[in-house]
Amino acid sequence: MEPGVAVPLAPGVHWVGALDPNLREFDVILKTANGTTYNAYCVRGSAGVAVIDTVKAEYADTFFARLEQVARYDEITAIVLNHLEPDHTGALPELMRRAPQARLYISVRAQMMLKALLKSEELTYTPVNTGDSISLGDRTLRFLNTPYLHWPDTQCTYLEEAGVLFSGDVFGCHFCDARLFNDRVGDFRFSFEYYYAHIMRPFREYVRDALDLIEPLELNLIAPAHGPILRDAPRAYVQRYRQLAAPQLHNEADRDKTLIVFYISSYGNTARMAQAVHDGAEEIDGVRASLYDLQGGEVAPFVDLIEEADGLAFGTPTINGDAVKPIWDLLSSLAVVKVSDKLGAAFGSYGWSGEGVNMVEDRLRGLKLRVPVKGVRVKLIPTEDELEACRELGRELALHLTGRIARRVIDMSELLKESTHAQG
Amino acid sequence: MPKANVTFEDIGITVTVPAGTRLIEVSEKVGAGITYSCREGECGTCIMKIVSGMENLAQRSVLEDKVLQENMAGRNNRLACQAQVLGGEIVVRPG
Repeated sequence: MEPGVAVPLAPGVHWVGALDPNLREFDVILKTANGTTYNAYCVRGSAGVAVIDTVKAEYADTFFARLEQVARYDEITAIVLNHLEPDHTGALPELMRRAPQARLYISVRAQMMLKALLKSEELTYTPVNTGDSISLGDRTLRFLNTPYLHWPDTQCTYLEEAGVLFSGDVFGCHFCDARLFNDRVGDFRFSFEYYYAHIMRPFREYVRDALDLIEPLELNLIAPAHGPILRDAPRAYVQRYRQLAAPQLHNEADRDKTLIVFYISSYGNTARMAQAVHDGAEEIDGVRASLYDLQGGEVAPFVDLIEEADGLAFGTPTINGDAVKPIWDLLSSLAVVKVSDKLGAAFGSYGWSGEGVNMVEDRLRGLKLRVPVKGVRVKLIPTEDELEACRELGRELALHLTGRIARRVIDMSELLKESTHAQG
Repeated sequence: MPKANVTFEDIGITVTVPAGTRLIEVSEKVGAGITYSCREGECGTCIMKIVSGMENLAQRSVLEDKVLQENMAGRNNRLACQAQVLGGEIVVRPG
């Protein structure tokens, strides 16, 4: 690609984005070993011109220089935003100033974000949903609402007549190569997988919903918002997303609910409690319980386990008033998987005060897990009665998992007593 | 004092509470899955679904109404940090 030149993708369709080869970290969570691209596109029809997405603010000049090669500002009739994150909307305010007649099209869920982004309540825009389309004369842009890929506002835009899908961050990756097209650039397969694993993986149910909309389309080319433009075998990337959004291993106990008991133990006390929680759960039909010592494993495979589990129980000692680091390391590594539909619990032995269990319970609630059973805390060495309380915790968790827990009625005054006791 | 029964459907527990109690006062203590952030009716984190008994909650304030609208909440949603029980039976779940 010559510097500053708009790149044709299809008749009347140009890439007008920007290259950012020096970026080494994106959004705190992603490494970018050779940078990234901010892909924006211009589509010309017989009765209008659409600009799809813009670029990060620092690259606005490059974007406008490319755009000016293929369209005059007064020709632009539509600005489509597939995703409002600042790396795609950095040049939006200036584009709106230069093309004030252009109508803005955003997804229904992008409305509040747009107001927050542009700090204005006085905006004119058209919210669009799946099935809505706009005409550029001889060309039609149809919208596919694809929420949570990877923000609530995300959508894809399909140019019907050319079979081009402007997919936003879906099918994108952080990879910078001026040759732009997937059959010309360097090997970006790692970046494609890495991007999915960090950006899309927590939303795999939404990925599957989006694929249901995308798979029936005729796809000649996929034009994502980052990384190579997929013109060679575009459908292979759609198929790869379908694979990635499914569990990676066959589950031989598919009909059972799964409970994973993780623990870490200094003197074996929390370990004995963990065994009892596990054994209690195993007594209940329809539950498959597994026991793992965090000292014997690494975070990444445990995160994979957690993704597929229905329930999680964490056993932690309390050291200097806190749960221990391996527990926090695991609990701070769950942003890449969805956990909000799971059930959680905590337990542990302690020497002095035992705050760790409550702290882990709070963290689990913060991650939006259900924590229906109060954790068991044991001072130092568990007695047989205390181990039985752990087994009961396991049984109750298993009954919750299988939907067989007896419903309880309690009075507010009992709750107040319990919480006073817990603090004391 | 008039009482109300609040059922947290996600954990299968019903709590008998005095009229005037806000849901936030009960849900956290009982371990229900409703989560909180600002606790003052601004952020919308604690949006919950009222499965039944909406009529047994005090009316939405202007503030709560605004936050629910901004979050595109439905007719059956309320903020757990704001909603106050009046009496009768109320069934809620996160969401």
